[in-house]
Amino acid sequence: MSRRYSALALFRNSLTGNRDWDPVWRSPEPKPRYDVVIIGGGGHGLATAYHLARDFGVPRVAVLEKGWIGGGNTGRNTTIVRSDYYYPASTAFFDRSVTLYERLSRELNFNIMFSQRGMLTVAHSRAELDWQRRLVNAAQLAGVDLETVTAAEARRLCPILNDSSGMRHPIVGGMLQRRAGTVRHDAVVWGYARAADRLGVDIVQNCEVTGIDRDAVSGAVTSVRTSRGVIGCGKVGVAVAGHSSVLADMAGFRLPLRSFSLQAFVSEPLKPVLDIVVSSAVLGVYASQSDKGGLVVGGNADPYASYAQRGNMPAAEAVAAGLVELIPAFSRVRLLRQWAGIVDYAHDSSPILGLSPVPNLYLNCGWGGGGFKAIPAGGETFAHTIATGEPHPLIRAFSLDRFRSLALVDEAAAAGIEH
Amino acid sequence: MLSIDCPHCGQRDETEFVCGGEAPTGRPPPDASDDIWTDYLFGNANPRGPVHERWLHAFGCRRWLAVERDTVTHRILSVRDFADAIGHRP
Ligand SMILES: Cc1cc2nc3c(=O)[nH]c(=O)nc-3n(C[C@H](O)[C@H](O)[C@H](O)COP(=O)(O)OP(=O)(O)OC[C@H]3O[C@@H](n4cnc5c(N)ncnc54)[C@H](O)[C@@H]3O)c2cc1C
Ligand SMILES: [Zn+2]
Repeated sequence: MSRRYSALALFRNSLTGNRDWDPVWRSPEPKPRYDVVIIGGGGHGLATAYHLARDFGVPRVAVLEKGWIGGGNTGRNTTIVRSDYYYPASTAFFDRSVTLYERLSRELNFNIMFSQRGMLTVAHSRAELDWQRRLVNAAQLAGVDLETVTAAEARRLCPILNDSSGMRHPIVGGMLQRRAGTVRHDAVVWGYARAADRLGVDIVQNCEVTGIDRDAVSGAVTSVRTSRGVIGCGKVGVAVAGHSSVLADMAGFRLPLRSFSLQAFVSEPLKPVLDIVVSSAVLGVYASQSDKGGLVVGGNADPYASYAQRGNMPAAEAVAAGLVELIPAFSRVRLLRQWAGIVDYAHDSSPILGLSPVPNLYLNCGWGGGGFKAIPAGGETFAHTIATGEPHPLIRAFSLDRFRSLALVDEAAAAGIEH
Repeated sequence: MLSIDCPHCGQRDETEFVCGGEAPTGRPPPDASDDIWTDYLFGNANPRGPVHERWLHAFGCRRWLAVERDTVTHRILSVRDFADAIGHRP
């Protein structure tokens, strides 16, 4: 039976009670040694393994995941995909990622449900309008489809927005990226896992890396110690998001990162009411409506370092207050679920990608609250970097070295909110 | 909700405080290498577990406090006025 997913396969499997589907990926025992070990089975780790096998023919690749794949931030995020960044290095990278997302369902033969419903970011003051115009100009120069909209257009795009009467910070306009939207997060994980598995990548779950061994003379990585034994490796790619400092500590260096809890919320299901992603940096909130009808709501991270993966009430209250101010009609909606992921931020809120101080150990981290949109380009460029030992041109600006040369890519000021 | 026992004001909710991040290590000498300065300016221990931090009691006594806190359990391990803590930090 064909292993491709198709309407015909759906039909055929329905005849046998859907009992004959192949497992989406194997669960092999770890081998004693791999050419490349990727630590972290989130979107970035799995996409990297896929590209290592597909683009560079690396024969023995493993992804080691301490829990279950997609159980980290990739399975906890609010799934907004956009490329409205400010600096040229960022727009080039993130727009590549949006472009790759646009064809990913076909490429992976897995429906990732990319819904390009557009994203509206409202502005609440003259100063913010000016700032948005500057951002829009920068994005347009970089070829990104970002545009400004008037207050009336914003209301037409999202009629349930607060009508501004009595609003402390009235909505005076906004900016819109039409190609932006949402993606089914688990599908990205499972789609890359399935494609990587079929190219021979070993996905090893319940395998926590607890130590990193280095050659006494060269300092290069030689093996990783794990909860399932020692695994030898030629090269190591670290893609563990909020736990990057913990892994760096195992390898003997420090990173310019801080880990925070970032929360998200889902409401009870509602009839279709919001067909766009809407966001406000001033109110510290953004929301979209899922296919199941729940509002998916996010805001800013809890304001102190945390590895607790749960989040605290003050940040939750701030998000709820912001949502009700942005869309008063939601004031009686009940939130069904709340959770948090541990996100790692650099000082400039840009990712850290490429070489590390340790030979043969490569970094993919610093995504903060915004690395889901980056998964396809992150995997593509990280695989290139690991395979060739040279940073991919799209990620050169995001090297760890930029802190030493003070060449920061300061998107911290640009976004104003995580997603 | 964190509850921080300010040595001046007593037990207060986290919303009265501002976290000032990891307590700094000593400032390097001016002729220290770029690597040392880079780590001083940007590097973090960012530990999973106990960490020494500075917190400002912004809506209270407005004193900077030296707080030891566990980043996994969120337990507050010790709180002192920063002035008292300088030189005493382990
Ligand atoms: C609430 C929330 C909302 C967000 N919203 C958005 C959004 O709308 N748009 C967007 O673009 N981004 C968003 N993000 C950010 C996005 O989720 C992350 O940047 C992205 O998922 C990072 O992917 P990753 O593969 O690097 O990390 P992860 O998916 O976290 O994967 C890392 C994996 O490493 C594993 N790991 C850790 N330590 C070890 C170890 N020692 N050994 C083995 N494995 C280990 C973890 O278990 C985890 O599965 C959001 C994040 C959160 C938390
Ligand atoms: Zn006080």
